[in-house]
Amino acid sequence: MQAAYIARRFGVFLLIVWLAATLNFFLPKISGQDPVRTKLLQQAALGGAVQSGMEEMVKEYNTRFGLDRPLLAQYGSYLYDTAHLDFNYSIANYPRTVRELIIEALPWTVGLLATTTLLSFTIGTLLGALLAWPRSPRWLRTLMPPLWALHAIPFFLFGLILIYLFAFQVQWLPMFGGYSPGAVQGFTWRFVSDVAMHSILPALSIILVSVGGWALAMRGMMVTTMGEDYVVFAEAEGLRATTVFLRYCVRNAILPQTTALALALGQILSGAVLVEVIFGFPGIGALLFQAIQENDQFLIQGIVFTVIVALGLATLVLDIVYPWLDPRISYRKLS
Amino acid sequence: MNALRRVMSYTGRNRSLLVGTLLLLALVLFVVIGRMFVDTEDARALSAPSLRPPSWDYPFGTDRQGRDLLAVMVAGTPLTLRIGFIAGFLGVGIGAVLAFTAGFYRGMTDTIIRSVADIGLTVPGLLVLILIAVSIKSSLTVNEMALIVASLAWLNPTRTIRAQVLTLRERGYVELAAMSGMGGLEIIFLELMPNLLPYLAATLVSSVSAAILASIGLEVLGLGPMDAPTLGMTLYWVNFNAAMINGWWWWWVPPIVIIVTVFLGLFFVTMGLDEIANPRLRKST
Amino acid sequence: MSRAVLEVRDLRVSYAHPLGVVRAVDGVSFSLAPNERFGLAGESGSGKSTMALAILRMIHPPGHIDGGRVFLDGVELSALDREAMRRLRLAGIALVPQGSMNSLNPVMRIGQQIADALADHGEALSRPVLDARIADLLPTVGLRPDVASMYPHELSGGMKQRACIAIAICLRPRVIIADEPTSALDVVVQRQVMATLARVQRDLGAAVILVGHDMGLMAQFVDRLGIMYAGRLVEVAPIGAIVTAPRHPYTRALVASLPSLEHRGRLQGIPGLAPLLRDLPRGCAFHPRCPIAGERCRQETPALRSLGTDGTVACHAAEATP
Ligand SMILES: Nc1ncnc2c1ncn2[C@@H]1O[C@H](COP(=O)(O)OP(=O)(O)OP(=O)(O)O)[C@@H](O)[C@H]1O
Ligand SMILES: [Mg+2]
Repeated sequence: MQAAYIARRFGVFLLIVWLAATLNFFLPKISGQDPVRTKLLQQAALGGAVQSGMEEMVKEYNTRFGLDRPLLAQYGSYLYDTAHLDFNYSIANYPRTVRELIIEALPWTVGLLATTTLLSFTIGTLLGALLAWPRSPRWLRTLMPPLWALHAIPFFLFGLILIYLFAFQVQWLPMFGGYSPGAVQGFTWRFVSDVAMHSILPALSIILVSVGGWALAMRGMMVTTMGEDYVVFAEAEGLRATTVFLRYCVRNAILPQTTALALALGQILSGAVLVEVIFGFPGIGALLFQAIQENDQFLIQGIVFTVIVALGLATLVLDIVYPWLDPRISYRKLS
Repeated sequence: MNALRRVMSYTGRNRSLLVGTLLLLALVLFVVIGRMFVDTEDARALSAPSLRPPSWDYPFGTDRQGRDLLAVMVAGTPLTLRIGFIAGFLGVGIGAVLAFTAGFYRGMTDTIIRSVADIGLTVPGLLVLILIAVSIKSSLTVNEMALIVASLAWLNPTRTIRAQVLTLRERGYVELAAMSGMGGLEIIFLELMPNLLPYLAATLVSSVSAAILASIGLEVLGLGPMDAPTLGMTLYWVNFNAAMINGWWWWWVPPIVIIVTVFLGLFFVTMGLDEIANPRLRKST
Repeated sequence: MSRAVLEVRDLRVSYAHPLGVVRAVDGVSFSLAPNERFGLAGESGSGKSTMALAILRMIHPPGHIDGGRVFLDGVELSALDREAMRRLRLAGIALVPQGSMNSLNPVMRIGQQIADALADHGEALSRPVLDARIADLLPTVGLRPDVASMYPHELSGGMKQRACIAIAICLRPRVIIADEPTSALDVVVQRQVMATLARVQRDLGAAVILVGHDMGLMAQFVDRLGIMYAGRLVEVAPIGAIVTAPRHPYTRALVASLPSLEHRGRLQGIPGLAPLLRDLPRGCAFHPRCPIAGERCRQETPALRSLGTDGTVACHAAEATP
């Protein structure tokens, strides 16, 4: 049972990988032209030191993705390259490859997103659970309206406000970048604390905005769960209030909440891209912004592919963890 | 009259709905009154001196390219809302059709529609939208922008509406109607629709909100309609010119206030509609 | 007759509803002798479950216990603090829940759920002792010991109900309240589960309150039956007397709707509509449906009174009828 479940989920993951590659290949063609070739030719025409390399690239691109080749063959070449994680050179940063640039930026984004998502999910879920619990302190309730209001605005917009307040007005925190200019990168205390200082505002703008959403969702699940027969029976069994709360209510309400997390990852990432842009945080989002500014098609495609696959992977992990949370799942047909 | 009074008294109790509606009304009022006093032509670049802080002549100040920011807000707010509403309506329309098809026929049809929606939701929408926008970069119009956003706006509605249709099915509405000899479309329109209306409305409002969010995202990344004065494009220019660091507060305060008002208004309306659709939440607020 | 195990005096519970107050339990009194099996029957909505929960002091908003006293072995429950009341649940009075299809925590093994109950009642046992205790407990309700390691979704309806009974008896309570323990099961399983309940009741020497609709089942199981109508007890009498000589017109209608006890019937075939609790008529709540209602019934609510030795009834006209 378990194996079949995991196999099926892995199949979905492969489907997502294929989908990402396919989107990358076909979407640029919907306008009828080949924006990649256009950009390549433009860049090659600019000339400069890396001229010969660029011409090489154009030649190579033409033989493999030339208009004379059948679309299916081009598609095949593209899938082959992608399967080897070969996204070609960055057009704007030639001779650096797209893969290099992505590998450089990825840890920043993964670090920022993993921390903020885990924190906001945990805090929000806990708040929501407490909010639905009749015995929790009253002042919690007064905490919520501002968090719900925050939840309605986009991450980056709140980020702008934070920049203004804490970086511009009182200048407690740096407003831009992932580390101070000229800092020596490495695992030194100095650099790590520098990065931490630079991450506080971007992280806060994601956390403070998301917490309210998770709290709201969890409160809803808790209200539903607390009406369930097994909670009534648990109380009739004379279980301690904390047992009923944690092991019966929260434990069950967390299930739909986890599903919601898997579904929200894409949205969180979309929001984080913009946060990176306004904070100049040197992750995938800022790299993407730069690629868009320079119309660096290869880089854009590489990033889109990497991000979709990374999120697919995160979803896969959540899916595999899920039956461990909910023993019913591996037996039930997927529903 | 009586019905109106009932609606009024209900809105009185449903505070979220009331607050949301008031916020959105305030925006509409701002735009309508604004249009009477300012010429939206001044929202174009070079129609005013540049970088003036708010004054009697330019109550909201002007930006670096010489746009009258009051005019930009008055002209841009409806544009942004338009993108949201076009994409939101298309999304919910398509989503509802797919959801009803899935929930009604079940079996293979349902499996396919559900899987497509679920997998589609795993993919971060903004990135796909970026890919599309980059591919047709020949500067977009506001309506094209709306269509691009709509291309993914049906995923969420499909998922949520389908779940509701299935719940209704389980409660036996459909079987009962089918037994009394109703046809498929009849069942959908006479039995399911009325029961789903509050959900559809809530889904619509949150889709509009999501669409606005997506459009602003694209715009801030520089993929929006370059010469349209939408709220997102204004933020793009704010970011582009580093208005925040330079202390040109009047440039970014109005768009942020308006965007926050839009999102808060839509959010409270969604909460209020949810409350109607899901009475269980009513008691516990 | 020895002293009562459980005594309920003038219990009153209401639910606040936007359209008015629902008096779900309205002045109910009865008592339970040791080892006695007491049945509580009445239409859906007559307040049976509410009363069960009120005895356990588990009424939550919008519900409210407006008054009344409950004694267990002479100890007044309403005087207990929250913690003492919690400890008394399960250990003193145990509930076998109504909707037991869904009464077990779906994400927890049966054994763990029993262990939780033991642990929260101060029985912190070591793993082997605990396992042995659970392995002893399960067979008493007709379950194999290895059910302990199963999840609720792996059990059939009857097994789930047995698991609930196992939890209910694990601390040897004085009183078991079984709220329609078998209404979700098919007839064959129903009989088996009732037999199990009867057996554990005898072994424990506990008193039982059996709540239900099914007069046939009641007749087989209980010693004494109380009939509830619109939140009030309208008749209490030994089961034999109720079946052969019902005094209250409502009880009569119930009994008459049973073709014979062998053909089990449910409390459905009573003419007229069940009353709306938040909008009860003046006088006797049953008078609109009553064939023999007189002027007094429309004005004055009848109190429970004794008619000879075998029972009590709340009806103005009771004496006049055979
Ligand atoms: N949580 C609640 N909120 C409001 N009203 C309630 C609530 N629970 C019960 N009631 C009302 O109290 C009355 C008695 O309900 P109760 O569940 O005690 O009836 P019952 O006799 O157990 O019915 P059944 O045979 O269907 O189980 C009903 O009219 C019901 O509408
Ligand atoms: Mg009941």
